[in-house]
Amino acid sequence: MHIHVKSRLQVFELASWNDRMSPNLTFASDESVYPGEVNSSITSSVVSPASIDKILTVQNLSKIFGPKPERAAEMLRQGLGRNEIFQQTGNMVAVDNVSLGVRAGEIFVIMGLSGSGKSTLVRLLNRLIEPTSGKVVLEGRDIAPMSTLELREVRRKKMAMVFQSFALLPNRTVIENVSYGLEVAGQKKTERHEVARRALERVGLGSYEKLYPTELSGGMQQRVGLARALAVNPSVLLMDEAFSALDPLIRFEMQNELLRLQKEEQRTVVFISHDIEEAIKIGGRVGVMKDGRLVQVGTPVELIQSPADEYVRNFFRNVDVSRFQKASSLLSKVERGVINCDTGVSAARYADELIDAGVECGYVCDEEGRYQGCVTPASLRKCGSSPIRDALLPDIVAVSMDADLHELSSIALRQEHDVPIVDGADKLVGVVSCRTILKQVMERRAA
Amino acid sequence: MNSSFIGQAAERAVNFLFLHFRGGFDTFSAALDTVVKLLQDGLAAIPFVVMLVAFVALALWRRGVVFAVFVGLAIMTIHFMGLWAQTVSTLALVIAATLFSLIIGIPLGIWGARNSRAELILRSLLDFMQTMPAFVYLIPAVILFGLGRVPAVIATVIFAMPPVVRLTTLGIKQVREELMEAGKSFGSTDSQLLWKIQLPNALPSIMAGINQTIMMALSMVVIASMIGAGGLGEYVLSGIQRLDIGIGFEGGLGVVLLAIILDRLTESFGIKSVKRRSKTRASKQTPREAAQPQT
Repeated sequence: MHIHVKSRLQVFELASWNDRMSPNLTFASDESVYPGEVNSSITSSVVSPASIDKILTVQNLSKIFGPKPERAAEMLRQGLGRNEIFQQTGNMVAVDNVSLGVRAGEIFVIMGLSGSGKSTLVRLLNRLIEPTSGKVVLEGRDIAPMSTLELREVRRKKMAMVFQSFALLPNRTVIENVSYGLEVAGQKKTERHEVARRALERVGLGSYEKLYPTELSGGMQQRVGLARALAVNPSVLLMDEAFSALDPLIRFEMQNELLRLQKEEQRTVVFISHDIEEAIKIGGRVGVMKDGRLVQVGTPVELIQSPADEYVRNFFRNVDVSRFQKASSLLSKVERGVINCDTGVSAARYADELIDAGVECGYVCDEEGRYQGCVTPASLRKCGSSPIRDALLPDIVAVSMDADLHELSSIALRQEHDVPIVDGADKLVGVVSCRTILKQVMERRAA
Repeated sequence: MNSSFIGQAAERAVNFLFLHFRGGFDTFSAALDTVVKLLQDGLAAIPFVVMLVAFVALALWRRGVVFAVFVGLAIMTIHFMGLWAQTVSTLALVIAATLFSLIIGIPLGIWGARNSRAELILRSLLDFMQTMPAFVYLIPAVILFGLGRVPAVIATVIFAMPPVVRLTTLGIKQVREELMEAGKSFGSTDSQLLWKIQLPNALPSIMAGINQTIMMALSMVVIASMIGAGGLGEYVLSGIQRLDIGIGFEGGLGVVLLAIILDRLTESFGIKSVKRRSKTRASKQTPREAAQPQT
């Protein structure tokens, strides 16, 4: 992460230095565009540099259920499979040697089919299930060997959990439920209700405090569950399939709610999900679990573009990934045909340049390197000696780097030429050819 | 007729207790007698009219007009048969026996829920207690505590305690696992889990247990009249001894009416929370049975 941020800063300096010193240099993208890197530099610009450190680190965490975990662990080391171990010893390897790091302020999604150990994994984090071996380091302290007393303090102050089935106490009103964590920590009633009320308002249930959970709809109940977790102001929020029990519309709404809350106040969230759409929607990074093992960790784009194996690829089978095919990963650099000049200069001389370069069209950038428009030899000719700005083709639209495949193809349909891509500072980074777009679309079809 | 060595062993055990702990039993007996007598005298001191009004009001509050009318008529009937004093005496015994059953039984039930080995032991013990014919308890009770109220209450406690123990254990074990997880994940101590999550959620089950215990206490108190417990049972007993259908029927009717009143009243406390919730809900959401687990 540090490396990405640094390189990005350097790139930026280099670029501005280029602009100042040699305005007429052809702009060829300084930034080497690898999908992963682009994405992490985007995320890193959201996370402030100070909080990039991992807040929660899991090291070689394992959980083996059953009578003889030591023997099963030994068999695991010998490379035996989960099923063989179960048949021979009756032990179930639920989580197998998982290591991962969660950065402060990110939503880390752990995804997997049912039975892949994701729910066990999240329970190992706050020791609702005791780990067989491994470390869970939260803010520098290992939770696994903690005494009951220390663990209780961590649970009260540092970690809170939201459950798939809401797990609200039916004998308590909404506000009593929300203030539960503060109550067991010994806070006074007026204080804890005050905090709980604020938490309820944050999730949009300010006026429901006196009702009982059974009087609320599923979505509202989970908002209460979320408020209950937020009320203790935890460093890490654990969400175990928190939205899976809700119907699709409400689930969608709750995902947006989570993203909204996350925008207001960045909290570290470990989110368990079996729903790939959900994972790519809310996850900054996604870890994919299979048979108790963490198969791959990466941003949604990384997982889509370079899945580690068939299992990961299969997750995306029914997902419309065109949304995740960003222009930044599809573009090719413009080697020839970039015209750096003041748009006021005469168009005449550039027509021959383009023809010599053997390109269909040229991309005009001004002296600061900002993209101005697209020209063809024909349009330049037609223009004669008038300023080059008159030769710009009217119907060519440039899009930003994070335009998705969907958007790209609809633009490509409407225009004759390749789609120019510009970065945040309006500089031309490259083009996406119609051929590339067509190829991507065909690939999706085939999958 | 002589018992085999099994019976003799039981006899020797009781005799051993009697010989070596007689002082202890006597002190205990005296203390218990004081409590029960206080309760009996206290209830007996309340004028009939006051009791009548109190019961009718309670019935009205808990269950409504129809039940209140029934309670009024039932108590008037008992009074008309001249059995009110006996009924109050029986009621006092039932209350005393139930209280002791709960004081011992609920903690035992909690223990059983938290410790599977304890549950195993308790279960066999409770099976024994429940299936042993009720009359059998009377014999050692008389030997150890003499005749009268005290052995009656003790035999009743032993006979009536199993339901509340069982249903407390069951109720606690049936508390949904996620609720326990939620409690733990927010850093509850064991006692916080017990008081804030397990007991409140086990309450309907525990109340059902209490209701059962009261019913069993009532039936045992009648049987215990054979060892001088007094009350309605004594009346029934004299009906049997004299083969007097009228006396037997009147005594029996008194027991039945008391049983119905106690059963319906205690039952209403078990469904209290559900009722209160449905009232607040009335205007808003679709009614859903509060006791139903959410999915």
